[in-house]
Amino acid sequence: MELVRYILRRTILSTFVVVGVTFLVFIVAQVVPSDPAALYAGPRPTAEQIEKARQELNLDAPLAERFVTFAKAMAAGDFGVSYKSRRLIADDLRAYLPATLELAIFSTGLALLIGIPLGVLAAARQGNWPDRLSSLGSIAAVAMPTFFLAMILQLIFAQWLGILPLSGRLSREISIAAPLPMITGFNLIDAVLAGRIEVVGDALKHLILPALTLASYPAGVAMRLTRSAMIEILERRHVTAARALGLSEPRILFGHALPNAMGPALTVIGLSFAYALTGAVLVEIIFAWPGLGRYVSEAILAKDFPVIAAVTMVVTICYVVMNLLIDVAQALVDPRVALS
Amino acid sequence: MPLLEVRNLSVTIPTPEGDVHAVRAINLEIEKGEIHGVIGESGCGKTMTGMTLLGLAPKGARIVADSLHFDGEDLSKNAERLRGRRIGLISQDPAAALNPVLSIARQMDDVLRAHRNMSRQARRAEASSLLAATGLPDPQRVLKSYPHQLSGGMQQRVVIAQALATGADFLIADEPTTALDVSVGAQVLALLRKLVSDRGLTVLMITHDMDVIAEACDRVTVLYAGLSVEVGPVGEILQQPGHPYTQALLAALPDAAPHGARLAAIEGSIPPPRSGIEGCAFAPRCPKAMPVCARQVPPKRLAEAHRWLCHLPASAP
Ligand SMILES: Nc1ncnc2c1ncn2[C@@H]1O[C@H](COP(=O)(O)OP(=O)(O)O)[C@@H](O)[C@H]1O
Ligand code: SF4
Ligand SMILES: [Mg+2]
Repeated sequence: MELVRYILRRTILSTFVVVGVTFLVFIVAQVVPSDPAALYAGPRPTAEQIEKARQELNLDAPLAERFVTFAKAMAAGDFGVSYKSRRLIADDLRAYLPATLELAIFSTGLALLIGIPLGVLAAARQGNWPDRLSSLGSIAAVAMPTFFLAMILQLIFAQWLGILPLSGRLSREISIAAPLPMITGFNLIDAVLAGRIEVVGDALKHLILPALTLASYPAGVAMRLTRSAMIEILERRHVTAARALGLSEPRILFGHALPNAMGPALTVIGLSFAYALTGAVLVEIIFAWPGLGRYVSEAILAKDFPVIAAVTMVVTICYVVMNLLIDVAQALVDPRVALS
Repeated sequence: MPLLEVRNLSVTIPTPEGDVHAVRAINLEIEKGEIHGVIGESGCGKTMTGMTLLGLAPKGARIVADSLHFDGEDLSKNAERLRGRRIGLISQDPAAALNPVLSIARQMDDVLRAHRNMSRQARRAEASSLLAATGLPDPQRVLKSYPHQLSGGMQQRVVIAQALATGADFLIADEPTTALDVSVGAQVLALLRKLVSDRGLTVLMITHDMDVIAEACDRVTVLYAGLSVEVGPVGEILQQPGHPYTQALLAALPDAAPHGARLAAIEGSIPPPRSGIEGCAFAPRCPKAMPVCARQVPPKRLAEAHRWLCHLPASAP
């Protein structure tokens, strides 16, 4: 019951955040010093063409009316047309968003899978070599520039060992010769749905290097946070009690202490996810990953405001939903969370 | 042969500010089936003694003893193996002893899984019957609860049920009633007495409360500054305490003291745990101290079934 009320409260709060961001995006659109009508009208427009564009875009209506129109369109998933390419933005998003989400989810999972166990190990062997080594590793992981790590990984795994592809989402033989039907846009899911297991493997191979590159920073942070939380928790009385009850050390570490340390570890998911959603421009470029980061960076250079607004909205919603899920997970892991 | 035999135990903890003599010279002889009280002021080494028996003394602690045996096994080698199998712990603050983010069902099940070879269903049933054995009225509801949803008394019963789940037959109860209301504490003591007689357990009852000794224990060892200074049957020690420290403890407890009263203050304080001790540790506070007390370690005195350490002869009042 407490849990249901807690989830409801969080959902309402999240809705406010989304509405607030919608308003912000709209306001920024008014303030940015560029003439959307001129952009919309194409290269070297005449005054007449610009006027026509103004009417088409409804730019002369009162501000409040235009905000309502804007919000309604956003809610309906109608993001309008790119000033630059004249393509429907919704169509572009359907292609780019799943690619980015796939990478973001995969790299976040990887970051936790690497960071949390290492943090537990470091805390359990505090001051000894496993601790020193993984602490050093976490500093390197956080400090290493993304492009540099990406290039090193490409060099080792694609160039020298030749076991992983250099870039792209799928091999040419598949993407050109026998493309996947686009159902969800997530290659892994679409391949399973299409019953093409060999494609699952190919998609996974393409995911590993960019995901690893993206996971490096959040994995380092997850390791540090888990380590410090675990060190504090291992001092608590209930851990001594668990030892006195004759539980095995791995059971105590992972079954008893770690659930208490999940709070900070879960927080990293939000960080890692946000980072992967929009901070991944460089990674997407290096690995030729057709995602949102590349899409929006081109839009920014072209002052293509509808695209910028659409991506901002979509990223906000993804982030808000992710945080909602994290909050719920936190309440499930620690029943006291829902009480506060 | 006693179930637990501790002779001349000392536990020294090195710290940057110097060695802490947490336990200086403690003797314990605990017979199977008894509730043996250990009483003394805060800081006299009660908890450290218990933790040493469990093999949970702090890392780096130097443990020295002439004998440290449980049921014939050397605890200085086997404490880790005996802990949670034959020796269990019931600690002072049940709220802190239970894991706040795991359900009681999960915490009971973990213990059963570690010690018993049973199916899931059998473990569930066993958990429920162990909770019932500790007097919890609705075990099914308790199993579904998290620690913060239970009262202190219920939490302590869960802790006791966990200790029973290990199959341990020797329980170290470290101030098991201190964090509880007086009436709830009395119920927990009654429960421990019942478990001792029903299941043949043996209990080491650590406390700083004479009432707990009077209410629940068969024999008692009195500690002062990491030393055991007196031991004997509870009735005898309450009636004719031999050691001036025990006498002071009892005198500080007014007849009309409210139930569960803490040890009233005795003038002065225990010697600092980092300093060495010459002669009798109690000499600076002892109303009967003689010049010899500060110089020489007091000899052993005997009267009836109990013994203590003092320069005063046993016959002296
Ligand atoms: N981990 C530790 N490091 C250093 N000193 C300690 C540690 N634990 C306990 N002590 C010291 O050892 C002495 C005995 O402590 P303890 O056994 O907890 O006493 P009691 O349980 O009788 O109150 C105290 O002086 C205490 O400060
Ligand atoms: S030895 Fe001396 S100082 Fe110590 S308790 Fe006996 S009389 Fe008091
Ligand atoms: Mg204590």
